[in-house]
Amino acid sequence: MQVFLTDVGQFTMLLAFGLSCYALVASLLAGKFGHRRLAATGERAAVAVTALVTVAVMSLWYQLVTSNFQLQYVASSSNQAMPWYYKVGALWGGQEGSLLFWCWILTLFSMVTVLVHRKRNPVLMPWVVGVVAMVTTFFLLVNNFVANPFDAIGVSQGGAAPVPWAPPDGQGLNPLLQYWAMVIHPPILYVGYVGFTVPFAFAIAALITRELDEEWIRTTRRWMMVPWLFLGTGILLGAMWAYVVLGWGGYWGWDPVENASLMPWLTGTAFLHSVIMQERKGMMKVWNMVLILATFLLCILGTFLTRSGIVSSVHSFAQSPIGPFFSTFLILMTALSLYFLFTRMEELKSENRLDSVVSRESSFLFNNLVLLATTFAVLWGTIFPILSEWVTNEKRTVGAPFFNQVNIPIGLFLLFLTGVGPLLAWRKTSLRSLRKNFTIPLASGLGAGVLFVAFGMRHFYSTVCLILCVFVTVTILAEFHRGARARRRQGQAYWHSLWVLTFRNTRRHGGYIVHVAMVFLFVGFAGAGFDQEQQQAMVPGDKLEIGPYTLEMKEVESTDNPNYSSAMTRLQVWKEGQALSEIRPEQRLYKTSKQPTSEVALHRTLKEDLYVVFAGPDQDGSRYIIQAYIKPLVAWIWIGGAVFILGTVICLIPNQHERAAQKVPLKVEARSYAKV
Amino acid sequence: MDKRKIKFLAGSLVIVLAVAWLGFSSFDESVAYYKTVGELQAMGEEAYGRRIRVAGNVVPGSILKADQGVRFTLEQEGHSLNIRYVGKDLLPDTFKDDAEAMAEGKLMPGGEFQSTVVQAKCASKYEATYSQEALKQATSQNP
Repeated sequence: MQVFLTDVGQFTMLLAFGLSCYALVASLLAGKFGHRRLAATGERAAVAVTALVTVAVMSLWYQLVTSNFQLQYVASSSNQAMPWYYKVGALWGGQEGSLLFWCWILTLFSMVTVLVHRKRNPVLMPWVVGVVAMVTTFFLLVNNFVANPFDAIGVSQGGAAPVPWAPPDGQGLNPLLQYWAMVIHPPILYVGYVGFTVPFAFAIAALITRELDEEWIRTTRRWMMVPWLFLGTGILLGAMWAYVVLGWGGYWGWDPVENASLMPWLTGTAFLHSVIMQERKGMMKVWNMVLILATFLLCILGTFLTRSGIVSSVHSFAQSPIGPFFSTFLILMTALSLYFLFTRMEELKSENRLDSVVSRESSFLFNNLVLLATTFAVLWGTIFPILSEWVTNEKRTVGAPFFNQVNIPIGLFLLFLTGVGPLLAWRKTSLRSLRKNFTIPLASGLGAGVLFVAFGMRHFYSTVCLILCVFVTVTILAEFHRGARARRRQGQAYWHSLWVLTFRNTRRHGGYIVHVAMVFLFVGFAGAGFDQEQQQAMVPGDKLEIGPYTLEMKEVESTDNPNYSSAMTRLQVWKEGQALSEIRPEQRLYKTSKQPTSEVALHRTLKEDLYVVFAGPDQDGSRYIIQAYIKPLVAWIWIGGAVFILGTVICLIPNQHERAAQKVPLKVEARSYAKV
Repeated sequence: MDKRKIKFLAGSLVIVLAVAWLGFSSFDESVAYYKTVGELQAMGEEAYGRRIRVAGNVVPGSILKADQGVRFTLEQEGHSLNIRYVGKDLLPDTFKDDAEAMAEGKLMPGGEFQSTVVQAKCASKYEATYSQEALKQATSQNP
């Protein structure tokens, strides 16, 4: 069965490559000559590719779950002792598998695009399918010929043909990745990365056909928001993993791989704001186009940076020959984007112009400028080692201090704009309305600031950040309150009117909820200014004091199972004389990989996390080292993440009156049928 | 050019210049030079005071938990370097004998490298491809 399914996987992957080439050529020709039936064959080929790649993925999954160590990929990314869910997760635990998985998500997107838009956008569709097929073909090319997950381990002796051979056990998934968030983090992140292909395809299609009116941008907006949601969620899950698994108490380290995922999210964020300008005022068309193209290209650049091993990172994918393929693809796609952008520049002219510096329009403009500046700073810091080596022949790198120093002030300015922007009027804001809208928020922010300082808060950035958080929260609450109050006058209950208000204009209010999520995130970030830490070598009975907490070591136990052996200590947590809970930090030694990992123990509250690492015995083995941290406000980051998902989902729900409007034509149609 | 446009350009310019200034002012103190252990030792006094990153394998048995930090030796291409880790955080789980490690810090007069950041990975254990030699060895052991 294993051998048969390996052949099936190999064959379907190859067939998918062939069909994908067909979809590419047929769709482009159909677009060029306006041949409907040819376009339809291209669409069908794209759907067939989805089916084939699905079969290939299922086959690889079967190999992983049944531990067929004859395959190089299975042997190097899983082992017998791993529980089944990690075997399933091993599909995206290594290079070849994750590329196939990536390709699978792409084909699923491609299928959905075909099914949803085939009838709706007949002019754009052949080009859209063509561009998506181009990306799919590239990934299938890599999967078939460069990084094939079905490659067997062959032993050739004395120049004879290689004989299949299987090691007795696989090498196992990296123990650091054996954590629940790590099982779902890559798929969610990949949906984000891959999803940006669809808006990119629509953008290129619109440029080629010069159909640059409202239709494509309206279609594209939703298609941007979905991957943006997934990418954001994926980034936060990664942060959660780093926080809980890596044992240094941080959630973000400006690692190249983290940066690679952050950059397209930032440009995507910029787009979701400036697209409002295009829809309402016909402005910033070039800008929006650039943002969509840049978002996709940054996704490919991110993949290239992380997979080629060109920058060093904790995400240690092995050095592999796929680097040159990705850089070539990136250059081709950039050239394609730039060519069509510059030849269509005339058609992207703005229909309106900016009236006043203090207006909604200009707040969008500045917000975009700031987001792009951050992206650029992150990009610069990330690729600096490569550029430096090219130009000066000396390998240099920049670390976290650079990223923090640049991005913290920018982030705070963005937070400020989050509060200010929505309250500014379109076109021009009068001094009176400024005073009316900003008096209470500003007073609250400053009042809170006085309190913070009075209570002994001294960290500059954290204090500014919390003041801004109060300011922004009040502006958003005020905005909801105003709307609800207006409705209540019409006799509706307050909470009911809040609800109705939100679903009348989901985009606007969902957007505000995402802004609230950003406030929560920044509250969490501000907490980093007040971290405390304490290290102590202890024996059972000893106590460790940190901040208001006391940790009492009770005993050290060891356990053993086929996957790992572990040493664990039980610690009683006291706070101001009151017994709270018992926490159990642990140290594991994974058997196959002989790698130790720390299982952090946490006592979480909304105010702060107590974060404890058990580092094992000290040098002479008589005492155990405990490292404890107090991490204030970290919980708000995860709460912010949940609110971020909620807000974005609300944005994606159609407005109530929009839904009503969609129903009307159906009725009219029904009536006209009835007449006949 | 009308007044409004000038105002906008001025606003944008302020943002761009502010970001550029933030970048440049923090850049120099944040830059670290990648050096091999051999290069670092050849630099001599020139190396003092610069932030430097070195990489290599942790010499087995060299890790000593001392009162002031952790001492260990990195070996790269036949050169070895004594390092004292003085950072606040615990060393990563992956840091152990034979691990591939990166240390960032400064060379002290006297030849000791004082490091505040250490990263490590078990490069040899993961994603290792089954090379032909390894395979021959493995198959001859388990016929």
